[in-house]
Amino acid sequence: MTLRPDLAAIAEAVPVGARVLDVGCGDGALMAALRDGKGVDARGIELSREGVSAAVARGLSVVQGDADTDLRDYPTDAFDYAILSQTLQATRAPDQVLDQLLRIGRHAIVSFPNFAYWRVRLSLMFAGRMPTTRALPASWYETENIHFCTIDDFRALIGAKRLTVERARFLTHGRPRGAALANLMAEQAIFVLRR
Amino acid sequence: MTLAGAASRQYRSDVMADDDQRFGLNRRVRLDAPLRLDSGGSLSAVEIAYETYGRLGADASNAVLICHALTGDQHVASHHPVTGKEGWWTRMVGAGKPIDPARHFIVCANVLGSCMGSSGPASIDPATGAPFAMRFPVITIRDMVRAQAMLLDHLGVDRLLAAVGGSMGGMQVLEWAATYPGRVRSAVVIASAARHSAQNIAFHEVGRQAIMADPNWRAGDYYAANDPPSAGLAVARMAAHITYLSEAGLTAKFGRQLQARDAKSFGFDADFQIESYLRHQGIRFVERFDANSYLYITRAMDYFDLAEEYGGTLATAFQGTATRFCLMSFTSDWLYPTSESRRIVHALNAAAAHVSFVEIDSSLGHDAFLLDVPEMNRVVDGFLRAAAS
Repeated sequence: MTLRPDLAAIAEAVPVGARVLDVGCGDGALMAALRDGKGVDARGIELSREGVSAAVARGLSVVQGDADTDLRDYPTDAFDYAILSQTLQATRAPDQVLDQLLRIGRHAIVSFPNFAYWRVRLSLMFAGRMPTTRALPASWYETENIHFCTIDDFRALIGAKRLTVERARFLTHGRPRGAALANLMAEQAIFVLRR
Repeated sequence: MTLAGAASRQYRSDVMADDDQRFGLNRRVRLDAPLRLDSGGSLSAVEIAYETYGRLGADASNAVLICHALTGDQHVASHHPVTGKEGWWTRMVGAGKPIDPARHFIVCANVLGSCMGSSGPASIDPATGAPFAMRFPVITIRDMVRAQAMLLDHLGVDRLLAAVGGSMGGMQVLEWAATYPGRVRSAVVIASAARHSAQNIAFHEVGRQAIMADPNWRAGDYYAANDPPSAGLAVARMAAHITYLSEAGLTAKFGRQLQARDAKSFGFDADFQIESYLRHQGIRFVERFDANSYLYITRAMDYFDLAEEYGGTLATAFQGTATRFCLMSFTSDWLYPTSESRRIVHALNAAAAHVSFVEIDSSLGHDAFLLDVPEMNRVVDGFLRAAAS
Protein backbone atom coordinates (compact mmCIF):
# COMPACT_ATOMS: atom_id res chain seq x y z
CA MET A 1 0.00 0.00 0.00
CA THR A 2 1.44 3.37 -0.95
CA LEU A 3 0.82 6.34 1.29
CA ARG A 4 -0.53 9.63 0.00
CA PRO A 5 2.52 11.82 -0.78
CA ASP A 6 1.85 14.27 2.07
CA LEU A 7 1.52 11.36 4.53
CA ALA A 8 4.71 9.81 3.15
CA ALA A 9 6.49 13.12 3.79
CA ILE A 10 5.24 13.03 7.40
CA ALA A 11 6.22 9.38 7.85
CA GLU A 12 9.72 10.24 6.66
CA ALA A 13 10.09 12.71 9.52
CA VAL A 14 9.13 10.24 12.26
CA PRO A 15 12.04 8.28 13.75
CA VAL A 16 11.93 4.52 14.30
CA GLY A 17 10.22 3.43 17.52
CA ALA A 18 8.77 6.85 18.34
CA ARG A 19 5.57 7.36 20.33
CA VAL A 20 3.14 9.14 18.05
CA LEU A 21 -0.30 10.70 18.38
CA ASP A 22 -2.03 11.22 15.03
CA VAL A 23 -4.73 13.86 15.44
CA GLY A 24 -7.33 13.55 12.71
CA CYS A 25 -5.99 10.16 11.71
CA GLY A 26 -8.80 9.28 9.29
CA ASP A 27 -8.85 5.55 8.61
CA GLY A 28 -5.42 5.15 10.18
CA ALA A 29 -3.39 4.77 6.96
CA LEU A 30 -0.45 6.78 8.31
CA MET A 31 -0.57 5.11 11.72
CA ALA A 32 -0.58 1.65 10.13
CA ALA A 33 2.36 2.58 7.91
CA LEU A 34 4.31 3.96 10.88
CA ARG A 35 3.55 0.89 12.98
CA ASP A 36 4.41 -1.60 10.26
CA GLY A 37 7.34 0.28 8.72
CA LYS A 38 8.99 1.93 11.69
CA GLY A 39 7.80 0.08 14.78
CA VAL A 40 6.10 3.21 15.96
CA ASP A 41 3.74 3.12 18.96
CA ALA A 42 0.89 5.06 17.40
CA ARG A 43 -2.39 6.35 18.81
CA GLY A 44 -5.03 8.32 16.99
CA ILE A 45 -7.90 10.75 17.36
CA GLU A 46 -10.54 10.97 14.67
CA LEU A 47 -13.81 12.84 14.44
CA SER A 48 -15.69 10.53 12.08
CA ARG A 49 -17.15 7.23 13.27
CA GLU A 50 -16.35 5.62 9.93
CA GLY A 51 -12.71 6.57 10.31
CA VAL A 52 -12.50 5.21 13.87
CA SER A 53 -14.20 1.95 12.88
CA ALA A 54 -11.86 1.44 9.95
CA ALA A 55 -8.79 2.19 12.07
CA VAL A 56 -9.90 -0.10 14.91
CA ALA A 57 -10.38 -2.90 12.37
CA ARG A 58 -6.71 -2.39 11.43
CA GLY A 59 -5.74 -3.08 15.02
CA LEU A 60 -5.02 0.56 15.75
CA SER A 61 -5.92 2.42 18.94
CA VAL A 62 -8.08 5.32 17.91
CA VAL A 63 -10.38 7.45 20.02
CA GLN A 64 -13.31 9.30 18.55
CA GLY A 65 -12.74 12.92 19.39
CA ASP A 66 -12.24 16.48 18.34
CA ALA A 67 -8.88 18.25 18.07
CA ASP A 68 -10.46 21.45 19.40
CA THR A 69 -11.81 19.96 22.63
CA ASP A 70 -10.22 16.62 23.41
CA LEU A 71 -6.48 17.25 23.19
CA ARG A 72 -6.48 18.77 26.66
CA ASP A 73 -7.37 15.30 28.03
CA TYR A 74 -3.92 14.01 27.11
CA PRO A 75 -1.05 14.23 29.57
CA THR A 76 1.89 16.56 28.92
CA ASP A 77 4.88 14.97 27.14
CA ALA A 78 2.92 11.78 26.50
CA PHE A 79 4.26 11.47 22.96
CA ASP A 80 7.43 12.09 21.01
CA TYR A 81 5.47 13.37 18.01
CA ALA A 82 1.97 14.79 17.70
CA ILE A 83 0.82 14.83 14.10
CA LEU A 84 -1.89 17.02 12.61
CA SER A 85 -2.25 16.32 8.92
CA GLN A 86 -4.62 18.33 6.74
CA THR A 87 -6.71 19.20 9.79
CA LEU A 88 -5.37 22.52 11.11
CA GLN A 89 -7.54 24.56 8.75
CA ALA A 90 -10.66 22.69 9.97
CA THR A 91 -10.20 23.50 13.65
CA ARG A 92 -11.98 26.33 15.45
CA ALA A 93 -8.85 27.59 17.19
CA PRO A 94 -5.76 26.52 15.19
CA ASP A 95 -3.36 28.46 17.42
CA GLN A 96 -4.63 26.70 20.56
CA VAL A 97 -4.55 23.33 18.82
CA LEU A 98 -0.92 24.01 17.96
CA ASP A 99 -0.21 24.80 21.63
CA GLN A 100 -1.84 21.52 22.66
CA LEU A 101 0.11 19.51 20.08
CA LEU A 102 3.39 20.84 21.45
CA ARG A 103 2.31 20.24 25.02
CA ILE A 104 1.36 16.60 24.41
CA GLY A 105 4.25 15.93 22.03
CA ARG A 106 7.84 17.09 22.24
CA HIS A 107 7.62 17.59 18.48
CA ALA A 108 4.68 18.40 16.25
CA ILE A 109 4.24 17.67 12.58
CA VAL A 110 1.66 19.85 10.89
CA SER A 111 0.58 19.68 7.26
CA PHE A 112 -1.92 21.96 5.58
CA PRO A 113 -3.03 23.21 2.15
CA ASN A 114 -1.44 26.49 1.15
CA PHE A 115 -4.08 29.10 0.41
CA ALA A 116 -1.52 31.28 -1.37
CA TYR A 117 -0.82 28.59 -3.99
CA TRP A 118 -0.87 30.33 -7.38
CA ARG A 119 -3.89 28.39 -8.67
CA VAL A 120 -5.89 29.50 -5.64
CA ARG A 121 -4.77 33.10 -6.22
CA LEU A 122 -5.75 32.90 -9.89
CA SER A 123 -9.14 31.53 -9.05
CA LEU A 124 -9.82 34.42 -6.70
CA MET A 125 -8.32 37.01 -8.98
CA PHE A 126 -9.93 36.05 -12.28
CA ALA A 127 -13.06 34.12 -11.41
CA GLY A 128 -13.74 36.24 -8.34
CA ARG A 129 -14.99 33.13 -6.59
CA MET A 130 -13.78 31.08 -3.64
CA PRO A 131 -11.54 28.48 -5.22
CA THR A 132 -12.56 24.85 -5.54
CA THR A 133 -9.61 22.77 -6.58
CA ARG A 134 -8.64 19.10 -6.55
CA ALA A 135 -7.21 19.55 -3.08
CA LEU A 136 -10.08 21.78 -1.91
CA PRO A 137 -13.21 20.44 -3.60
CA ALA A 138 -15.96 21.73 -1.26
CA SER A 139 -17.88 24.97 -1.86
CA TRP A 140 -17.46 27.80 0.65
CA TYR A 141 -20.79 27.16 2.38
CA GLU A 142 -20.20 23.48 3.03
CA THR A 143 -16.45 23.29 3.54
CA GLU A 144 -15.10 22.02 6.84
CA ASN A 145 -12.08 24.23 6.28
CA ILE A 146 -12.89 27.33 8.24
CA HIS A 147 -9.40 28.67 8.94
CA PHE A 148 -7.39 28.65 5.76
CA CYS A 149 -3.88 29.98 5.95
CA THR A 150 -0.90 30.48 3.70
CA ILE A 151 2.60 29.20 4.29
CA ASP A 152 3.69 32.69 5.24
CA ASP A 153 0.75 33.02 7.66
CA PHE A 154 1.83 29.80 9.32
CA ARG A 155 5.44 30.92 9.51
CA ALA A 156 4.26 34.12 11.17
CA LEU A 157 2.25 32.17 13.75
CA ILE A 158 5.12 29.87 14.70
CA GLY A 159 7.39 32.89 14.81
CA ALA A 160 5.05 34.64 17.23
CA LYS A 161 4.93 31.51 19.34
CA ARG A 162 8.75 31.25 19.21
CA LEU A 163 8.62 27.68 17.99
CA THR A 164 11.53 26.05 16.24
CA VAL A 165 11.11 24.68 12.73
CA GLU A 166 13.08 21.45 12.54
CA ARG A 167 12.26 20.92 8.89
CA ALA A 168 9.78 22.04 6.27
CA ARG A 169 8.69 20.14 3.16
CA PHE A 170 6.59 21.41 0.27
CA LEU A 171 4.54 19.49 -2.26
CA THR A 172 2.84 20.36 -5.50
CA HIS A 173 0.77 17.73 -7.27
CA GLY A 174 2.16 15.28 -4.74
CA ARG A 175 5.75 15.98 -5.80
CA PRO A 176 8.35 17.65 -3.57
CA ARG A 177 9.55 21.10 -4.45
CA GLY A 178 12.04 23.47 -2.94
CA ALA A 179 11.48 26.10 -0.30
CA ALA A 180 12.08 28.93 -2.75
CA LEU A 181 8.82 30.70 -3.59
CA ALA A 182 6.98 28.00 -1.64
CA ASN A 183 4.24 30.40 -0.61
CA LEU A 184 3.38 30.86 -4.30
CA MET A 185 4.36 27.53 -5.82
CA ALA A 186 3.56 24.89 -3.17
CA GLU A 187 0.13 23.28 -2.91
CA GLN A 188 0.83 21.77 0.52
CA ALA A 189 3.27 22.32 3.36
CA ILE A 190 4.59 19.96 6.04
CA PHE A 191 6.30 21.49 9.06
CA VAL A 192 8.16 19.65 11.81
CA LEU A 193 8.20 21.83 14.93
CA ARG A 194 9.49 21.72 18.43
CA ARG A 195 9.05 23.87 21.51
CA MET B 1 -17.18 -31.30 40.12
CA THR B 2 -14.50 -29.69 42.23
CA LEU B 3 -11.71 -27.36 41.43
CA ALA B 4 -8.15 -28.14 42.38
CA GLY B 5 -5.50 -25.57 41.54
CA ALA B 6 -2.93 -28.21 40.73
CA ALA B 7 -5.35 -30.11 38.53
CA SER B 8 -6.30 -27.01 36.59
CA ARG B 9 -2.66 -26.26 35.84
CA GLN B 10 -2.26 -29.76 34.57
CA TYR B 11 -5.26 -29.30 32.23
CA ARG B 12 -3.68 -26.32 30.62
CA SER B 13 -1.50 -28.18 28.20
CA ASP B 14 -4.17 -30.75 27.47
CA VAL B 15 -5.98 -30.74 24.17
CA MET B 16 -9.68 -30.26 24.77
CA ALA B 17 -11.36 -33.65 24.72
CA ASP B 18 -14.87 -33.96 23.30
CA ASP B 19 -16.18 -35.69 26.39
CA ASP B 20 -14.64 -33.21 28.83
CA GLN B 21 -17.46 -32.46 31.24
CA ARG B 22 -16.12 -28.99 31.96
CA PHE B 23 -17.23 -27.74 28.58
CA GLY B 24 -20.62 -27.19 26.99
CA LEU B 25 -24.02 -25.77 27.87
CA ASN B 26 -25.58 -25.79 31.34
CA ARG B 27 -22.36 -26.46 33.25
CA ARG B 28 -21.85 -25.88 36.91
CA VAL B 29 -18.78 -25.97 39.13
CA ARG B 30 -18.29 -25.74 42.87
CA LEU B 31 -15.18 -23.73 43.64
CA ASP B 32 -13.16 -25.72 46.15
CA ALA B 33 -11.37 -22.72 47.58
CA PRO B 34 -13.29 -20.11 49.58
CA LEU B 35 -14.01 -16.92 47.70
CA ARG B 36 -12.48 -13.88 49.39
CA LEU B 37 -14.97 -11.01 49.51
CA ASP B 38 -14.44 -7.25 49.49
CA SER B 39 -16.77 -6.99 52.48
CA GLY B 40 -14.07 -8.72 54.52
CA GLY B 41 -15.41 -12.23 54.87
CA SER B 42 -15.29 -15.15 52.53
CA LEU B 43 -17.79 -17.50 50.98
CA SER B 44 -17.14 -21.22 50.78
CA ALA B 45 -18.60 -23.83 48.45
CA VAL B 46 -19.42 -21.19 45.86
CA GLU B 47 -21.21 -22.56 42.83
CA ILE B 48 -20.85 -20.98 39.41
CA ALA B 49 -23.24 -21.83 36.57
CA TYR B 50 -21.74 -21.25 33.15
CA GLU B 51 -21.73 -22.21 29.51
CA THR B 52 -18.96 -22.61 26.98
CA TYR B 53 -19.18 -22.50 23.22
CA GLY B 54 -16.54 -23.49 20.71
CA ARG B 55 -13.24 -25.20 21.40
CA LEU B 56 -10.30 -24.02 23.42
CA GLY B 57 -7.34 -23.92 21.02
CA ALA B 58 -4.29 -26.05 21.73
CA ASP B 59 -2.43 -22.95 22.92
CA ALA B 60 -5.51 -21.77 24.87
CA SER B 61 -5.22 -18.36 23.18
CA ASN B 62 -8.75 -18.03 21.78
CA ALA B 63 -10.77 -17.69 24.99
CA VAL B 64 -13.37 -14.92 25.16
CA LEU B 65 -15.15 -14.22 28.44
CA ILE B 66 -18.55 -12.59 28.11
CA CYS B 67 -19.76 -10.73 31.19
CA HIS B 68 -23.50 -10.23 31.49
CA ALA B 69 -25.52 -7.27 32.73
CA LEU B 70 -27.71 -6.88 35.84
CA THR B 71 -30.49 -9.27 34.85
CA GLY B 72 -28.54 -11.33 32.32
CA ASP B 73 -27.34 -14.87 32.69
CA GLN B 74 -25.02 -17.51 31.27
CA HIS B 75 -27.35 -18.28 28.37
CA VAL B 76 -25.66 -15.81 26.07
CA ALA B 77 -26.42 -17.80 22.94
CA SER B 78 -28.57 -20.71 24.09
CA HIS B 79 -32.25 -20.92 24.92
CA HIS B 80 -33.27 -19.63 28.32
CA PRO B 81 -34.57 -22.57 30.40
CA VAL B 82 -37.44 -20.56 31.91
CA THR B 83 -38.61 -18.29 29.10
CA GLY B 84 -37.60 -20.51 26.18
CA LYS B 85 -36.30 -17.40 24.43
CA GLU B 86 -33.05 -17.44 22.50
CA GLY B 87 -29.88 -16.23 24.20
CA TRP B 88 -29.62 -12.58 25.19
CA TRP B 89 -26.73 -11.73 22.86
CA THR B 90 -27.23 -13.87 19.76
CA ARG B 91 -26.68 -10.72 17.68
CA MET B 92 -23.08 -10.65 18.92
CA VAL B 93 -22.34 -14.32 19.65
CA GLY B 94 -22.83 -17.16 17.20
CA ALA B 95 -21.90 -18.47 13.77
CA GLY B 96 -20.79 -15.62 11.54
CA LYS B 97 -21.00 -13.12 14.41
CA PRO B 98 -18.13 -11.04 15.85
CA ILE B 99 -17.75 -13.60 18.64
CA ASP B 100 -17.93 -16.90 16.84
CA PRO B 101 -17.67 -20.42 18.30
CA ALA B 102 -15.91 -21.46 15.09
CA ARG B 103 -12.97 -19.23 16.08
CA HIS B 104 -13.38 -18.49 19.75
CA PHE B 105 -13.71 -20.49 22.94
CA ILE B 106 -16.52 -18.57 24.58
CA VAL B 107 -17.25 -18.59 28.31
CA CYS B 108 -20.24 -16.94 29.94
CA ALA B 109 -20.94 -17.39 33.65
CA ASN B 110 -23.88 -16.37 35.76
CA VAL B 111 -22.57 -13.71 38.16
CA LEU B 112 -22.18 -14.32 41.85
CA GLY B 113 -25.35 -13.20 43.63
CA SER B 114 -27.60 -13.97 40.70
CA CYS B 115 -30.30 -16.63 40.47
CA MET B 116 -29.62 -18.77 37.43
CA GLY B 117 -27.47 -21.37 39.15
CA SER B 118 -24.60 -19.42 40.66
CA SER B 119 -24.49 -18.87 44.40
CA GLY B 120 -26.81 -16.10 45.51
CA PRO B 121 -29.37 -15.24 48.15
CA ALA B 122 -31.69 -18.04 46.97
CA SER B 123 -28.93 -20.66 47.46
CA ILE B 124 -28.98 -22.93 50.48
CA ASP B 125 -26.76 -21.78 53.32
CA PRO B 126 -24.88 -24.94 54.37
CA ALA B 127 -24.77 -23.60 57.93
CA THR B 128 -28.56 -23.54 58.32
CA GLY B 129 -29.93 -25.72 55.53
CA ALA B 130 -32.22 -22.84 54.55
CA PRO B 131 -31.84 -20.23 51.78
CA PHE B 132 -29.38 -17.46 52.59
CA ALA B 133 -31.90 -14.74 51.79
CA MET B 134 -30.53 -11.50 53.33
CA ARG B 135 -27.86 -13.48 55.20
CA PHE B 136 -25.99 -13.76 51.90
CA PRO B 137 -22.98 -11.44 52.11
CA VAL B 138 -23.12 -8.17 50.20
CA ILE B 139 -20.95 -8.71 47.16
CA THR B 140 -19.10 -6.42 44.75
CA ILE B 141 -18.23 -6.36 41.07
CA ARG B 142 -14.69 -7.41 42.08
CA ASP B 143 -16.08 -10.39 43.98
CA MET B 144 -17.92 -11.46 40.83
CA VAL B 145 -14.71 -11.14 38.85
CA ARG B 146 -12.67 -13.11 41.40
CA ALA B 147 -15.19 -15.94 41.09
CA GLN B 148 -14.91 -15.81 37.30
CA ALA B 149 -11.12 -15.98 37.57
CA MET B 150 -11.45 -19.16 39.62
CA LEU B 151 -13.80 -20.54 36.98
CA LEU B 152 -11.20 -19.83 34.29
CA ASP B 153 -8.59 -21.66 36.39
CA HIS B 154 -10.95 -24.61 36.39
CA LEU B 155 -11.36 -24.39 32.61
CA GLY B 156 -7.60 -24.20 32.03
CA VAL B 157 -7.74 -20.68 30.64
CA ASP B 158 -4.79 -18.68 31.87
CA ARG B 159 -5.13 -15.67 29.62
CA LEU B 160 -8.17 -14.33 27.81
CA LEU B 161 -8.04 -13.17 24.23
CA ALA B 162 -10.79 -10.82 25.31
CA ALA B 163 -13.20 -9.97 28.08
CA VAL B 164 -16.37 -8.46 26.63
CA GLY B 165 -19.39 -6.90 28.30
CA GLY B 166 -22.04 -4.22 28.18
CA SER B 167 -23.46 -2.23 31.09
CA MET B 168 -22.66 -4.12 34.31
CA GLY B 169 -20.79 -6.56 32.05
CA GLY B 170 -18.54 -3.67 31.08
CA MET B 171 -17.89 -2.92 34.75
CA GLN B 172 -16.71 -6.49 35.20
CA VAL B 173 -14.46 -6.17 32.15
CA LEU B 174 -12.89 -2.99 33.59
CA GLU B 175 -12.45 -4.77 36.92
CA TRP B 176 -10.89 -7.75 35.14
CA ALA B 177 -8.38 -5.49 33.40
CA ALA B 178 -7.52 -3.76 36.69
CA THR B 179 -7.38 -6.83 38.93
CA TYR B 180 -5.87 -9.36 36.52
CA PRO B 181 -4.02 -7.27 33.90
CA GLY B 182 -1.86 -10.21 32.88
CA ARG B 183 -4.87 -12.38 32.13
CA VAL B 184 -6.68 -10.04 29.71
CA ARG B 185 -5.14 -9.32 26.30
CA SER B 186 -8.03 -7.14 25.20
CA ALA B 187 -11.11 -5.63 26.77
CA VAL B 188 -14.38 -4.59 25.15
CA VAL B 189 -16.48 -2.26 27.31
CA ILE B 190 -19.85 -1.22 25.89
CA ALA B 191 -22.28 1.35 27.32
CA SER B 192 -20.67 1.19 30.74
CA ALA B 193 -18.99 3.25 33.42
CA ALA B 194 -16.13 3.02 35.91
CA ARG B 195 -18.43 4.11 38.71
CA HIS B 196 -22.09 4.42 39.51
CA SER B 197 -23.35 7.99 39.48
CA ALA B 198 -25.76 9.49 41.99
CA GLN B 199 -28.49 9.14 39.38
CA ASN B 200 -27.64 5.46 38.82
CA ILE B 201 -27.76 4.79 42.55
CA ALA B 202 -31.01 6.74 42.85
CA PHE B 203 -32.83 4.63 40.28
CA HIS B 204 -31.56 1.43 41.88
CA GLU B 205 -32.75 2.59 45.27
CA VAL B 206 -36.26 3.14 43.87
CA GLY B 207 -36.21 -0.45 42.64
CA ARG B 208 -34.98 -1.84 45.92
CA GLN B 209 -37.54 0.11 47.91
CA ALA B 210 -40.31 -1.18 45.62
CA ILE B 211 -39.24 -4.75 46.44
CA MET B 212 -38.88 -4.12 50.16
CA ALA B 213 -42.26 -2.34 50.30
CA ASP B 214 -43.98 -5.46 49.01
CA PRO B 215 -45.41 -7.28 52.09
CA ASN B 216 -44.47 -10.55 50.41
CA TRP B 217 -40.80 -9.64 50.69
CA ARG B 218 -40.84 -10.60 54.39
CA ALA B 219 -37.36 -9.15 55.02
CA GLY B 220 -36.08 -11.48 52.32
CA ASP B 221 -37.38 -14.74 53.79
CA TYR B 222 -40.06 -15.44 51.19
CA TYR B 223 -38.69 -18.65 49.69
CA ALA B 224 -40.56 -21.08 51.98
CA ALA B 225 -43.88 -19.27 51.50
CA ASN B 226 -43.65 -19.83 47.76
CA ASP B 227 -45.21 -16.40 47.33
CA PRO B 228 -42.40 -14.04 46.27
CA PRO B 229 -42.62 -10.21 46.20
CA SER B 230 -43.57 -10.21 42.53
CA ALA B 231 -45.44 -6.92 42.61
CA GLY B 232 -42.47 -5.10 44.11
CA LEU B 233 -40.00 -6.72 41.74
CA ALA B 234 -42.24 -5.90 38.75
CA VAL B 235 -42.34 -2.23 39.75
CA ALA B 236 -38.55 -2.26 40.15
CA ARG B 237 -38.24 -3.66 36.65
CA MET B 238 -40.68 -1.13 35.22
CA ALA B 239 -38.76 1.79 36.69
CA ALA B 240 -35.44 0.35 35.53
CA HIS B 241 -36.76 -0.41 32.07
CA ILE B 242 -37.49 3.28 31.47
CA THR B 243 -33.83 4.02 32.12
CA TYR B 244 -32.82 1.50 29.44
CA LEU B 245 -34.74 3.39 26.75
CA SER B 246 -34.58 6.92 25.42
CA GLU B 247 -37.23 9.60 25.30
CA ALA B 248 -36.95 9.72 21.51
CA GLY B 249 -37.24 5.93 21.32
CA LEU B 250 -40.29 5.87 23.59
CA THR B 251 -41.96 8.64 21.61
CA ALA B 252 -41.28 6.91 18.31
CA LYS B 253 -42.53 3.54 19.55
CA PHE B 254 -45.48 4.56 21.74
CA GLY B 255 -46.07 8.29 21.74
CA ARG B 256 -49.42 8.92 23.41
CA GLN B 257 -51.11 6.04 21.63
CA LEU B 258 -53.89 4.28 23.52
CA GLN B 259 -53.83 0.57 24.23
CA ALA B 260 -56.65 -1.35 22.44
CA ARG B 261 -59.22 1.38 22.98
CA ASP B 262 -60.50 4.45 21.18
CA ALA B 263 -60.74 6.83 24.12
CA LYS B 264 -59.35 7.38 27.59
CA SER B 265 -61.17 5.28 30.18
CA PHE B 266 -61.15 7.90 32.94
CA GLY B 267 -59.78 5.17 35.18
CA PHE B 268 -56.47 3.59 36.03
CA ASP B 269 -56.28 0.79 33.52
CA ALA B 270 -53.33 0.78 31.22
CA ASP B 271 -54.89 3.32 28.87
CA PHE B 272 -51.63 4.13 27.16
CA GLN B 273 -49.53 1.67 25.18
CA ILE B 274 -46.46 2.62 27.17
CA GLU B 275 -48.23 1.61 30.41
CA SER B 276 -49.26 -1.70 28.96
CA TYR B 277 -45.75 -2.28 27.67
CA LEU B 278 -44.12 -1.56 31.03
CA ARG B 279 -46.58 -3.76 32.90
CA HIS B 280 -45.82 -6.55 30.46
CA GLN B 281 -42.09 -6.08 31.04
CA GLY B 282 -42.63 -6.27 34.79
CA ILE B 283 -44.75 -9.42 34.63
CA ARG B 284 -42.36 -11.24 32.28
CA PHE B 285 -39.40 -10.34 34.48
CA VAL B 286 -40.68 -11.77 37.75
CA GLU B 287 -41.09 -15.17 36.12
CA ARG B 288 -37.34 -15.46 35.66
CA PHE B 289 -35.71 -13.36 38.36
CA ASP B 290 -35.30 -13.51 42.12
CA ALA B 291 -36.12 -10.32 44.04
CA ASN B 292 -33.29 -10.74 46.54
CA SER B 293 -30.79 -11.25 43.71
CA TYR B 294 -32.04 -7.94 42.31
CA LEU B 295 -31.24 -6.28 45.64
CA TYR B 296 -27.76 -7.78 45.85
CA ILE B 297 -26.68 -7.15 42.27
CA THR B 298 -27.94 -3.55 42.20
CA ARG B 299 -26.02 -3.01 45.43
CA ALA B 300 -22.85 -4.39 43.86
CA MET B 301 -23.27 -1.96 40.97
CA ASP B 302 -23.91 0.98 43.30
CA TYR B 303 -20.77 0.16 45.27
CA PHE B 304 -18.71 0.05 42.08
CA ASP B 305 -16.16 2.84 41.81
CA LEU B 306 -12.98 1.55 40.24
CA ALA B 307 -11.02 4.71 41.00
CA GLU B 308 -11.84 4.37 44.70
CA GLU B 309 -10.19 0.95 44.69
CA TYR B 310 -7.01 2.64 43.46
CA GLY B 311 -6.61 5.63 45.72
CA GLY B 312 -9.12 7.82 43.93
CA THR B 313 -7.32 8.03 40.58
CA LEU B 314 -8.80 5.94 37.81
CA ALA B 315 -5.61 5.99 35.74
CA THR B 316 -3.82 4.19 38.60
CA ALA B 317 -6.13 1.20 38.04
CA PHE B 318 -4.58 0.78 34.60
CA GLN B 319 -0.96 1.82 35.27
CA GLY B 320 1.43 -0.15 33.09
CA THR B 321 -1.32 -2.21 31.53
CA ALA B 322 -0.62 -4.11 28.31
CA THR B 323 -4.34 -4.77 27.75
CA ARG B 324 -5.86 -3.20 24.63
CA PHE B 325 -9.17 -1.51 25.28
CA CYS B 326 -12.12 -0.84 23.03
CA LEU B 327 -14.94 1.28 24.44
CA MET B 328 -18.28 2.15 22.91
CA SER B 329 -21.13 4.36 24.00
CA PHE B 330 -24.45 5.29 22.44
CA THR B 331 -25.65 8.82 21.76
CA SER B 332 -29.08 8.28 23.37
CA ASP B 333 -27.85 6.33 26.44
CA TRP B 334 -28.52 8.59 29.43
CA LEU B 335 -28.01 5.82 32.00
CA TYR B 336 -24.32 5.31 31.16
CA PRO B 337 -23.72 8.36 28.98
CA THR B 338 -20.80 9.00 26.66
CA SER B 339 -19.20 11.26 29.28
CA GLU B 340 -18.66 8.19 31.53
CA SER B 341 -16.92 6.31 28.71
CA ARG B 342 -14.82 9.37 27.93
CA ARG B 343 -13.78 9.51 31.56
CA ILE B 344 -12.42 5.97 31.22
CA VAL B 345 -10.71 6.85 27.93
CA HIS B 346 -9.11 9.84 29.62
CA ALA B 347 -7.77 7.63 32.42
CA LEU B 348 -6.49 5.04 29.95
CA ASN B 349 -4.72 7.77 27.97
CA ALA B 350 -3.14 9.04 31.15
CA ALA B 351 -1.92 5.49 31.78
CA ALA B 352 -0.58 5.34 28.19
CA ALA B 353 -2.82 2.36 27.51
CA HIS B 354 -3.92 1.28 24.05
CA VAL B 355 -7.49 2.47 23.84
CA SER B 356 -10.06 2.89 21.11
CA PHE B 357 -13.39 4.59 21.57
CA VAL B 358 -16.44 5.19 19.41
CA GLU B 359 -19.71 6.90 20.25
CA ILE B 360 -22.33 5.15 18.16
CA ASP B 361 -25.33 7.05 16.87
CA SER B 362 -28.47 5.27 18.07
CA SER B 363 -31.91 6.22 19.39
CA LEU B 364 -32.24 2.92 21.26
CA GLY B 365 -30.95 4.24 24.60
CA HIS B 366 -28.90 2.08 26.94
CA ASP B 367 -30.52 -1.08 25.57
CA ALA B 368 -28.76 -0.49 22.24
CA PHE B 369 -25.91 -2.81 23.24
CA LEU B 370 -28.36 -5.74 23.23
CA LEU B 371 -30.05 -4.77 19.98
CA ASP B 372 -29.33 -4.72 16.29
CA VAL B 373 -26.65 -2.05 15.92
CA PRO B 374 -24.51 -3.05 12.93
CA GLU B 375 -21.82 -0.48 13.66
CA MET B 376 -21.24 -1.91 17.15
CA ASN B 377 -20.83 -5.36 15.61
CA ARG B 378 -18.41 -4.02 12.99
CA VAL B 379 -16.24 -2.37 15.62
CA VAL B 380 -16.21 -5.43 17.91
CA ASP B 381 -15.45 -7.70 14.96
CA GLY B 382 -12.59 -5.53 13.71
CA PHE B 383 -11.15 -5.08 17.18
CA LEU B 384 -11.25 -8.79 18.07
CA ARG B 385 -9.79 -9.88 14.73
CA ALA B 386 -6.92 -7.42 15.17
CA ALA B 387 -6.44 -8.57 18.78
CA ALA B 388 -6.18 -12.20 17.68
CA SER B 389 -3.57 -11.52 15.00
